[in-house]
Parts: sequence; C-alpha cells; structure tokens
Amino acid sequence: MKKYILKRLLISAVILVLVAFIIYVLMRSLPTSYLEQVAREKSMQPGSKSFEEWMEQLSATYGMDKGIIPGFLSWCGRALRGDFGDSWKWTVPVTQKFHESVWISFVMGAISFVFEIIIAIPLGIIAATKQYTKTDYTITIVALACFSLPTFFFASLLKLVFCVHLGWFDLGGLIGRNYEYLSPAGQLLDKANHLVLPIVTLVVISIGSLMRYTRTNMLEVLNADYIRTARAKGLPESKVIYHHAFRNTLIPLVTMLGGSLPGLFAGALITETLYSIPGIGYVSYQSMVAGDIPFSMFYLVFMAILTLLGNLISDILYAVVDPRVRIA
Amino acid sequence: MADEKTKDLISQEINAQGQSAEESEYSLNDDRRVRTLSPTALVVKRFLRNRVAVTGLVILAFMFVFSFIGGFVSPYREDQLFYRYDSQNKQYAALTENTELRYLTESDSDFPSVARAKFVLAQKQGKEGTFESGGTNYSFKEEGDGLIAIYAESDPSNPVALATYDTVSSSTSNEKLPFGFQHAILVAATNDQPSFTYEGKTYTIDDGGTVMDGDVEVAYASRYVAQAIMPDVFLTRSFKEQLLEAVESGDKDFVFTDEDGTTAEYTLSYDASKSTWSVLQSTSTRVFDTYSSPSAEHWLGTDRNGMDMLTRLMYGGRVSLYIGFIVVFIETAIGVVLGGISGYCGGWVDNLIMRAVDVFYCIPSMPIIIILGATMDAMRVDPQVRMLYLMLLLGFLGWAGIARLVRGQILSLREQEFMTAAEATGIRASRRIFRHLIPNVIPQLIVTMTMSLGSTIITEATLSFLGLGVKFPFASWGNIINDVNDTYVLTNYWFIWIPAGVCLLATVLAFNLVGDGLRDAFDPKMKR
Repeated sequence: MKKYILKRLLISAVILVLVAFIIYVLMRSLPTSYLEQVAREKSMQPGSKSFEEWMEQLSATYGMDKGIIPGFLSWCGRALRGDFGDSWKWTVPVTQKFHESVWISFVMGAISFVFEIIIAIPLGIIAATKQYTKTDYTITIVALACFSLPTFFFASLLKLVFCVHLGWFDLGGLIGRNYEYLSPAGQLLDKANHLVLPIVTLVVISIGSLMRYTRTNMLEVLNADYIRTARAKGLPESKVIYHHAFRNTLIPLVTMLGGSLPGLFAGALITETLYSIPGIGYVSYQSMVAGDIPFSMFYLVFMAILTLLGNLISDILYAVVDPRVRIA
Repeated sequence: MADEKTKDLISQEINAQGQSAEESEYSLNDDRRVRTLSPTALVVKRFLRNRVAVTGLVILAFMFVFSFIGGFVSPYREDQLFYRYDSQNKQYAALTENTELRYLTESDSDFPSVARAKFVLAQKQGKEGTFESGGTNYSFKEEGDGLIAIYAESDPSNPVALATYDTVSSSTSNEKLPFGFQHAILVAATNDQPSFTYEGKTYTIDDGGTVMDGDVEVAYASRYVAQAIMPDVFLTRSFKEQLLEAVESGDKDFVFTDEDGTTAEYTLSYDASKSTWSVLQSTSTRVFDTYSSPSAEHWLGTDRNGMDMLTRLMYGGRVSLYIGFIVVFIETAIGVVLGGISGYCGGWVDNLIMRAVDVFYCIPSMPIIIILGATMDAMRVDPQVRMLYLMLLLGFLGWAGIARLVRGQILSLREQEFMTAAEATGIRASRRIFRHLIPNVIPQLIVTMTMSLGSTIITEATLSFLGLGVKFPFASWGNIINDVNDTYVLTNYWFIWIPAGVCLLATVLAFNLVGDGLRDAFDPKMKR
C-alpha cells in the first residue's frame, strides 16, 4: 500500500510538473499582456519614458525578461519554497489573496456538498428500487434536466424570481449595503443571506450527476446474486435494500465523493462570477481576464493539484472500502 | 394425416395472428419462421420502445429543423437591423407679445437706464414733453401708434432712442438692422403708410408689417417677439407668421414645412406668468428598434441591436449545434486514434499515451479557455476565425476521456477469441484495430459522444455568456443570453433571454435523454 501510494505520488509529481510547464508556456506566449497595458498607460503620462523603456523596466521588475525555460525553472524553485510572487492585479502576494478568498469558496462548496449528498443519494436509491415506474422516470428526467441546466441561465432565472420579483435577496455580492452597521451576528446572517442563491445554484447544477451515479450503482447491486439470495431467504424488502444493497452501493459512492473532496477548495468559477461572490473562483476569473500571470499560474497549478489529489484519494479509498480490490 | 391437420391448424392460428401467409408454409421448426433481427435493428427497436428517449429525439429533430431550416423560412437575415421612428421634443422657440415699451438705440450708452426711468415718468404726463437726466435735456414726441421718439437737446433732428411696442427684424438673417432704417420702418408701420423712403430707396410696407424692396422682402415689424432657443436656428418670416396664426386662433399645435421641405410638428404651450408661448419642435429620428416587445412582425421582439430575436435564435442554434458537432468530432477523432493505438500496442506506447491523457485530464480546461478568450479579445481576433479557434481548442482539450474509454474497451476486447482468430488470419494491424476492435467500441463511443455533445454546447454557451466565446455579429444561444448581465434587461425584457435559455436547456436535455436511451438500448443486461 505504502509503495503504491509513493509510486502514485511520484507519477503525480511528474504530471504536475508537465502541466505546470504547459500552462507556463501558454501564459508566457500570450501575445498581449498585463505588462504591455501598464507600460502603455505609464508612457501616456506627460514627461514619461517611452513605451519600450517602460516595457523593459517592467519586464525586469516582474521577472519576465528571462526566457521561458529559465523563467519556468525559477518559478518552480520559488513555488517549491511556497513563494508564488505578487499578484499583478491585486498588488498583494498571491498566497495572501488566496487566503482571503478561498475560505468563502470552501464554505460555499462544503454546504452545497452536504446538501447534494442529502438530496441526491436518497433520490437515486428510490429511483433504482422503483425502476421503470413513474417515480423513476420523474427522478431520471429531473436529474438529467439539472445536469443539462446551463449555470448562467439557471442563475439568471433565480435572480429574476427571487431578487427582482420577490425581493428576498440582493442581486450579487457577499455583503449587503448596511453591513457595517450590523452586529456580528447580523453580519453573519447577512453573509448567509447572500450565499443562499449561489448555494442553491451549485446544488441544483451538481445534483443530477450524483443522482444518476447512485441509481446506476444501486441497479448494479440489485442485480447481484447475493441480493437474490437475500430475497430467497425471505428477508423483508426494506432489509434487502437498506441493509444488503445500500451498503454495497456505498463503495463506489464513497470513492467518488472522497475524490471530490479536494474540489471543495477549487471554487465555483462560473457561479461565483455570476453572483459576484469574492471567492477563489471569481478572484481568479478577474485575474485571468486581466492577464495576471502569477495569480493565474498559481490558480491553475492549484487546480491541477486538486485534480491529482482527488484521483489519488478515490483510488486509495476504493481499496480501503472494498476489500476485494488489491492494489499493487 | 394428423400431421397435416396440425399444420393446418397452426397455419390458421398464424393467419389469425396476422402473420403473412408466406411464413405459414414453413414447418414449425423451420428457422425462417422466426424473424431474425440484426443487432442494430434490435438496438433501434429497444430504443424506440423507450418513450423518454424518443421524446428526446423528437425535441432534437425539432431543434434541428428550427435551427437549420428556420433560417431559410425566416423573412429576416441574421444581422438585419430594424429601425423605428422616435419623436423627440426639444425647445425650439419662444414667442412673447410685447406689452412693455422696448427701447431701440444706436448703441446702449446713448440712452442709459436712468434716463429710461425718467422718460417713463415724463411720458405719463402726456404725448409730448421734456425731461432731464445726467445733465442732458431730452424731449420726446409720439410719432405713431405705440412709437415714441426721444431726442437729445443737442440733436433735435435724429432721435437718440425709440420707445416702441413693435420690433423690427430682418427677414434674411439674425443681424440687427441699422437704427435709422428701423426708425423709418416703425414710423411707416405705425402710421399705416404704404411706402417710405430710406437713404434714397423707396420701400413698400403692407398691413402685416412686411417691408419690401421692390419684390424682395427685407424686414418686418411686429408686436410679437419670436426668438429661437438655439443660436444657430434662424426663424423665417413664414414660420413666424404661421406661429402667430396658431396663437391667434388658439391652436395648440401646427405643422410647418420649411424651404428645404422638412416637415416638423410644433406644439405650443402658454406660460401665463411670463406671458410667453414656448414652442416645442417634435422631430422624428430614425433609431434602432431596440428591445421592442414581441409583435406580429417580430414574434420574439428585437434585441439590443435592433435585430429580430427569433431569427437570431435560429442562427444561434445553428452555431451552437455546429460547434458541438465539430468539437465532438475532433475529440472523437483524436481520442479513438490515440486510445486505439494505446490499447492495442501496449508497452511503452501505451504508457506514453496514458501519461499524456493524465496530463490533459489534469489541465483545468475552463480557466485555460477563459485566458485564451480574453487574449483573443485583446487581439481583436476576427469573430469567424475566433469561432474556429474555439472549436479546435475545445476539441483538443477534451479528447482524453474518449481515449481512456477506447483504450479500456480495447484492452478487454483484445483478449477475446475473435481477436485471436483475426490475428490468425494474418491481416494488417491497422485493419485489425479499425475493422475488428473499433466497431466493438462504437456503442460506448456513440453514447459518450451524444452526452458530450450536450456538455460541449453548455461549455460553448457559458463562454459566449461570459463574452469570451462566439462574438457579435454571430449569434449563439450563449451570447444572446449575455444581455442579461444588464440588470435592466434581466428585469424588463424576458423575451431576450428566456427563449434562448429554454432552447439551450431543451437541446442539451434532449441530447442527454437520447444518450441515456442509447445506452440502455445498447446494453440490455442493465435491465432487470
């Protein structure tokens, strides 16, 4: 087991370096950049240096004057020591901006993760046990509809209904207009109020695939021989389903859910952008659009690490939960 | 005999069941009595039995007809602009009836305001008289109805000022006429003289106060003062006449056509406290017919640029579907080739390709596309080229899943007997892969492709929604909904974004339903 994990970690590290290199090459070879824009602005000012001179100076300041390969190596060297440089757009160290924004994304992700599990798994099981009934068809279609719903369209609909017509929530942002005058408890409630719609959006969008996954796995288990044996023994149907079948459905579910744990930190780029929630997703969207190389590099590599970590966790969990699986 | 009888009986029964008479001729254990279906026909049959999937297929068929044929049926083009006339009211002129004496002087210093006050006092005593102001003695004399000439002591022949209710304006320009000329006109006008002479020229004057030099109109005297609000507007005599007519008859509005033939409507409103009529000119301007509500001409209204929404929706569907198909085609092509090679060859080739798949799995595609989209924005890439890049990019970033699927299938198929047989016949490796292995992967491939069509359409729409995908003038369902970023549109113009969203949802849902149905049809083992 230890050997397996070690091997996987090593492979992951190699993949990560490759991914980081591809991203770095991509970011560096973009034809227009944040630096050019700043240089252009600066050279417009009266009595200023020319654009080329500014460009030279800024490139040196931001460490962009090196070639791509030396630049990547020095980036790697600093990244290994935890130094990701200063964000150009936010003018603070990248890690500081990351700390400021990641927690709100994590809270959002965690809450919607819990709701997702509470709603999707029971519905998936019901659909599987009542296969080919109206209930099953309804649940299947709802699941597919949730799965097919474009985030931005659903968010706009929610905004129209709950913000414009009912006036329950603000259209966007994390804090209300009079946030400063509220008591600490009121401030917390204010933030919670602003998070309702984003969380609803996240839950509805992601519920579909989990529901389908639960249903498929439950169906597979229900077709297994030991379920037939359990029924043949004369066990009550509820015991067959919840005692024998459900536990075995949990194997793939736990694997999948465990794998998606790191993803809680990734932030929901689209949802956060739509509701202007200053989480990691929205912050990195703004950075990416502004061409902020240090922050984008950090975010993309962070995302890659989360994906690799998720895969690793789900593989290990698979072996842990299902004793039949042996890994070498 | 008994055999014959049973045969007859059976044939009757079969006939009763509506079977064809031909089949009844075969014996009971004849294979030809059983209708054999090819695997494909079985799949089709199973698929058609699934009502949900068929609904999906119907929705898809509708969407295809809507997007690809709708464009030809629609009377409008994708980028046809519509206009409407919008009337704008602006302050044009003000008309005042003169109820107070106005003073005309050669220049302002000649008759200071102190002297005016003195004159008003003296004028109340009688029609003629004298007064003194600032060390100068003045005398005044009424020269006509509402016209009083004021003379300084030093020059009893030429008046320094005229106090008058009427004003004289030039008919040709906004310039002031010479003082002496104005005096002559006023004298003639207030005494109802038909003609007068000024600087050796004889002018005629009619009842309306129009002064003619021969046939040319030069000036006119009037008790009403009409002034243009804008300094560059010159009010013609005929306009003023029409304005006066309207005022006298108590009309609230009138239409006037000027010399250039431009017709405009004018509205009068009277301000009693200032005893002024203000004149509003309503000019109709041709503007883009933006955000007009659904009507008979435009079933779904018009968008921000004044284009027909329904037509945009049709062309948008075309773009969304095109992009979906091309992207999935690219994905599948790369995925099948790489996955097939990887699964068949094994060894270091497999290892290499699978590590590449791992790398591509790991690259966060949405952020990458956003970054490239923003760059293309900055570079002002042509919208058409941009669409091409977008398709290539999405395809290139999405092949890893398909490659992994194909490889997994091939790994299990490779060990089966039919492959050993294929190898034993000694056919080429490429033929073994593409003739014998790939066809067996096709069921899973079709299901995955159908599903990823839906998700590609969503990805494209999301990018276009963020303004980083398909760009104006091309429509896509995503960039149609993009307007909703404007809160005013979100609140007031449902017809801009809800239809596009519904189309998008319906299409993606239909793809998923069909994909789901296909999976069930291909794999009957999953059914209980």
